[in-house]
Amino acid sequence: MIDLTEQQIERYSRHILLQDVGVEGQEKIMNARVLVVGAGGLGAPVSLYLAAAGIGRIGLVDADVVDLSNLQRQVIHFTRDVGIPKVESAKEKIQAINPDVQVDTYREFLDSSNALDIISQYDFIVDGTDNFPVKFLINDACVMAGKPFSHGGILRFHGQTFTHLPGTACYRCMFKEPPPAGAVPTCSQAGVLGAIAGMLGTIQAAETLKYFTGVGELLTNRLLTFDAKTMQFNNIKVRPRASCELCGEHPTIDHLIDYEQAACDLKHH
Amino acid sequence: MAKIYVNGEAQEVTLPLNISELIKNNNVQQPEMVSVQVNEEFAERDEWDNIQLAEGDTVDFLYFMGGGSAL
Repeated sequence: MIDLTEQQIERYSRHILLQDVGVEGQEKIMNARVLVVGAGGLGAPVSLYLAAAGIGRIGLVDADVVDLSNLQRQVIHFTRDVGIPKVESAKEKIQAINPDVQVDTYREFLDSSNALDIISQYDFIVDGTDNFPVKFLINDACVMAGKPFSHGGILRFHGQTFTHLPGTACYRCMFKEPPPAGAVPTCSQAGVLGAIAGMLGTIQAAETLKYFTGVGELLTNRLLTFDAKTMQFNNIKVRPRASCELCGEHPTIDHLIDYEQAACDLKHH
Repeated sequence: MAKIYVNGEAQEVTLPLNISELIKNNNVQQPEMVSVQVNEEFAERDEWDNIQLAEGDTVDFLYFMGGGSAL
């Protein structure tokens, strides 16, 4: 247990005031270790809110450098950061917001060779990535390692997210395998309204904090989708699929897979 | 005519109707980017032609969405 300092009691007073959180919940947040994969549109709001909330240790995975075209939505990166590694830019902001937070940076791509190693050091994983090979990799690695995670996706004016805990529906229960390479546009091809990333990312951050404090009901066994054009939110009930190749009754996937990525998704810097 | 529910919204449809036909009727642009549930059960893609819908069925289209960290 952590003894809160006077400064910490003041900093986190709005959490501590919440009956469902309190000092005990704040201590759980401060003992938590969260891995954020992707320091981009989703990873930015997720990291900012988790840092402000006082998450004890935040790991950031991103191989990229900040590009001018990122700044329309990746609010953790500033104009002066263009050209520097995203994990370094994000780390600087996190520590400026909250020096209590320990930040680990991984300036690399997550793949089958490093995913389980990195994930195993954290209690909760946030998927803030843009591409399906890595989304499936995160899902598979978390299910194999028994780790909870938050899935997030955005496109144009839409967002979707769910939370996985061991035993609840996984990404493969809903989407068996990645779409054919190039079939589904990513934000870099189709565009996205910047604020959508904030809407979805803050839902993921809230889910993360709910997980650690045990407050309310997580987005398990349901896929939350929204259309920002109409502001209609929809909860689609899903359930663990008995025939799931990863977590079903007769799983056939026993190792991590590096799926091919559409050529047009590849880095173009 | 029969009433079914697609992503929570009621639709009047003419039976018989299978999932592939429903996808066509709903102008789903890229069927390869959608996953389908019927009455909260996952519908295998290669069964879409064979799964006949009935009055009161609920169908969910789940779309692939990337997003997040732009590459």
